[in-house]
Amino acid sequence: MISPDILTDNWDLYLEGIRNTLSASLLALAGSFILGVIVAIMRITSFRLLNILGAVYVEFFRNIPLLLVVYIFFLGLPALGLTLNGFISGTLGLMVYTSAYIAEAVRAGIQSVPIGQTEAARSSGLTYTQTMRHVVLPQAVKIVIPPITNQFLNLVKNSSILSVVSGFDLMYFGDIVNSYTYDTVSSYAFVAVFYLILTIPLSIASNALERRLLRSG
Amino acid sequence: MMDRAGRLPLLGILLLITMLIAAGCGGNNKAGNGNAEPSNAPSAEPGNDAEAGSDTVLSQITERDKLIAGVKFDTKLFGLKDPGSGNVEGFDIDIAKAIAKKLLGDETKLELKEVTSKTRMPMLNNGEIDLIVATMTVTDERKKEVDFSEIYFNAGQSLLVKKGSAIRGLDDVTKDTKVVGVKGATSIKNIEDKVEGLRVQQFENYQEAFNALKAGQGDVLTTDNAILYGMTKQDSNYEVVGGTFTDEPYGIAIKKGQADLVTAVNEVIAELKSSGEYDRIYEKWIGEKPETKQ
Repeated sequence: MISPDILTDNWDLYLEGIRNTLSASLLALAGSFILGVIVAIMRITSFRLLNILGAVYVEFFRNIPLLLVVYIFFLGLPALGLTLNGFISGTLGLMVYTSAYIAEAVRAGIQSVPIGQTEAARSSGLTYTQTMRHVVLPQAVKIVIPPITNQFLNLVKNSSILSVVSGFDLMYFGDIVNSYTYDTVSSYAFVAVFYLILTIPLSIASNALERRLLRSG
Repeated sequence: MMDRAGRLPLLGILLLITMLIAAGCGGNNKAGNGNAEPSNAPSAEPGNDAEAGSDTVLSQITERDKLIAGVKFDTKLFGLKDPGSGNVEGFDIDIAKAIAKKLLGDETKLELKEVTSKTRMPMLNNGEIDLIVATMTVTDERKKEVDFSEIYFNAGQSLLVKKGSAIRGLDDVTKDTKVVGVKGATSIKNIEDKVEGLRVQQFENYQEAFNALKAGQGDVLTTDNAILYGMTKQDSNYEVVGGTFTDEPYGIAIKKGQADLVTAVNEVIAELKSSGEYDRIYEKWIGEKPETKQ
């Protein structure tokens, strides 16, 4: 049913796909984390304008399909004079889309620490920054880690969106191998295996991290 | 603590193996389920279906009193869905209607299913469609997987560029030219063979490839001239340049081992040509008379 020839004959294509999927995922992962934290901070500060901007950002990117977000970069930006290739458009789309979810996870984590703790810390003489650093954030991190690692797993899988804008990722080459060999099942079975090889270590690492945080608490 | 740390990688490896096996099984099941008949997997021994007598594709068509044709929904002139009326129209559709009329006596006993260059062969082989009339080029490679009717349209590969582009033909295409095309199309291999080092950016269908061209993501879109002419009707800022540089005959694809259906389809094509109906359909869609009669 699944013929190994498909893998050996098209190894170069699969390998290039894995490399691109991996780099798109890592770039989007780092970018979405930084962006997500910034937006989360925007949403919880006491500046009303920043609150609104943060909320608009989250609701916009969280509530349209990822495909459309990628199209904004791939097909929309050229109309404004900025042409980014499929790989960059796809990675940026992925980053922005995921950052909206991360922002929500971070915001929810910070706000889940009871307000009484902040009040107690402030009244015992700690500044706002000290309160955040020593009281709120250590507790928030533990709450935030599981949903964020979840988002990272989703991000790796969602990176297959690059295939639609010719981003030369793993899924793209899966399509290409399929179109050359006509062996649909084998072509995509190997794609699935490669995605698993990328995501399972991430799963294991995030479980280990969660357990460690639980123990240290 | 030591114990827990030691167990962790083992657990991971177990999980990985389970998942890989699951992935393999998933692939098998998918192919099995996709097959409408309870018989064998799609590509294995195609003769089985034919030998079963009442189980040929042709008899299935007669039994359900409807022909299911795989056609393009996104290709101007050949198979395009009108967003207003919801009707699919084009050269391929008229050919499919003629086949339905011949087989079932009524051109409305026809169901059109959307296919893309990528999905059409799997859909044919797992029985979702009876035949493919979807701008499909006859190649030796494809003949190993499916059977083809006589040629019903002679196309050739050409180039579509924005009007005023410096690219006037294949000679102007270098390995650094941004060429866009469609996944699974023969035209990709052709141009990559002709221009050394060229890498075509491939999209899901012609509309998306044209969108990419219009957004400036590519300099040239390459595929069969007939499809490109359809695009110039859609947007007159684009033109076909350089003539054709390949011979790409379109055929109607039928699952292997269905000789009776192939014969019936060939009869339809011959009748269309001898009656002059073929010329009429050709002119209706392409805008000019066919160059040579076969």
